[in-house]
Amino acid sequence: MTDLAPTLGHRLRWTFTDGLTLVGRELGRLRHDPGELVAALLFPAVMVVLFGYVFGSAIQVPDGGDYREYLMPGLFAMVTFGAVMGVMTRTATDASRGVMDRFRSMPMARSAVPFGQTGADLLTGLLMLAVMVGAGLLVGWQPHRGLIPTAQAFLLMIVLRYALSWVGVWLGLAVKNDQVADAMVPLFLPFTMLSNAFVPTDGMPGWLRLLADWNPVSALTAAARELFGNPGAPPAHVAWPLAHPVTAVLLWSAALLVIFVPLSLRAYLRNGR
Amino acid sequence: MTDPIVVAEGLHKSYGSTHALRGLDLTVPKGTVCGLLGPNGAGKTTAVRILATLSEPDAGHARVAGHDVVREAGEVRKRIGLAGQYAAVDEKLTGRANLRMFARLCHLSRREAHRRADELLERLGLVDAADRRVSGYSGGMRRRLDLVTSLILRPEVLFLDEPTTGLDPRSRGEIWDNVRELVAQGSTVLLTTQYLDEADQLADDIAVVDHGQVIATGTPDELKATIGDRLDVVLDDPAALRPAVTVLKALAGTDPTTSGADRLSVALPGRGLRLAEIVRELDRAGVAAADVRLRRPTLDEVFLRLTDRKELVR
Repeated sequence: MTDLAPTLGHRLRWTFTDGLTLVGRELGRLRHDPGELVAALLFPAVMVVLFGYVFGSAIQVPDGGDYREYLMPGLFAMVTFGAVMGVMTRTATDASRGVMDRFRSMPMARSAVPFGQTGADLLTGLLMLAVMVGAGLLVGWQPHRGLIPTAQAFLLMIVLRYALSWVGVWLGLAVKNDQVADAMVPLFLPFTMLSNAFVPTDGMPGWLRLLADWNPVSALTAAARELFGNPGAPPAHVAWPLAHPVTAVLLWSAALLVIFVPLSLRAYLRNGR
Repeated sequence: MTDPIVVAEGLHKSYGSTHALRGLDLTVPKGTVCGLLGPNGAGKTTAVRILATLSEPDAGHARVAGHDVVREAGEVRKRIGLAGQYAAVDEKLTGRANLRMFARLCHLSRREAHRRADELLERLGLVDAADRRVSGYSGGMRRRLDLVTSLILRPEVLFLDEPTTGLDPRSRGEIWDNVRELVAQGSTVLLTTQYLDEADQLADDIAVVDHGQVIATGTPDELKATIGDRLDVVLDDPAALRPAVTVLKALAGTDPTTSGADRLSVALPGRGLRLAEIVRELDRAGVAAADVRLRRPTLDEVFLRLTDRKELVR
């Protein structure tokens, strides 16, 4: 035991240091390719305008209230789920271009790659959330329940985002091909739309509503509405995840991490064997 | 012979129903360039992936720089460099940023990483392009950056997997110069290639791989000697083809191959025959030749013979 401890500490330290280097890599990419950053930040802002004013002009919020207030939690959830696609694409690109092989042939900490990738995504995620908050405030959205619940709402988004980014790592290593990954990106839209993010689920046909109610996007949207005090509180008889949205989001995050962290690490270590 | 630095014994590897390696043996002496030569799908890349710890063999074992590639993979990784068929660098970063990142991941301190990056850029003549994004590099520049990235830790063994595939002749020449320079400084290089002239230019020893096994080894000269010199004859008059065939067959003991109406070529056993003797024999048969040439076989001819024979054996 005595000689195991320093080795473990040593390994953890390098995992952390190498992970940080890879976070730095993502920042470097953003710096050298500002166009991508602008596009990534513009996307949520465009969504606010598009959905807020185009759809908002025709959609009635169930128990009254402003549609843009109703919409913002849904858009926050949508941006959060973008983590899956972003991380998947970057991981698949590394795997198909041989960068992953180079990492694996170097004396670096083995698990640092997925940790670095997910850590870097968290930073992009924070930036995007900040832009979304700005856009939301501009169109008249605001949190109504004070500092603590507001902070809790954002914390939930960050926790779920981090868990989702591990799904992205696993998917990227599974497809191993950047073109396939790119082709999968549009699937993201129906997945987020099939939820309560833009319209209430009550009006959907039974089978579709079941899917929408159990979609983690819905749980995060409902939790954010509740914590921000935005309109759209669920009616009395509603699926369990929407009745207990905060718990549901935490359970989703835990489940995703428990499943996809080991799966991704395994896939990374065995990639190409 | 100096100590071998790469030793592989009986490597087997299957991917699904594809038997990529069927008992591959390989020995590379320290400080030499070994060319792993073979047709596509022969198992060259699989062998390199196993030796570079990216893949584990199903059976057999291998040691690189004194460490087992499976049980001591971490130690092996500290002593090797790998440059591949792809330019495995981040296209969205500059050349310098790539080198700094990989140097940091090799656990150099920030200061050392910066210094090493500058030094390597200088050495490979990439200084001018250092601060441009790799996506704007030419194919040759990318490969050189890829190569230089594998040199960060001054590897004892460098694996080059088809380093010049798809490059123009000038870029190939530049990569070759870089490789020669490395070997002059004492590195050992294991090079896979499907270009025979590349192996001829760079390799001290060649291992011909086919169907997952090494089917012949030796220096380029030794391999060429195994199939003897070649005799090429161009006739003055196509009408003399038949007597010329008879003469060459008597000299070589095998039927010559003909191309066109006036060209013959045959492999000569051993090195006994001199040009004068050949010309005299042709003369005696009344064959007027426009050109008679005795030459070493090209590595292409060796390669085709070896891989052909293998087909016959199976």
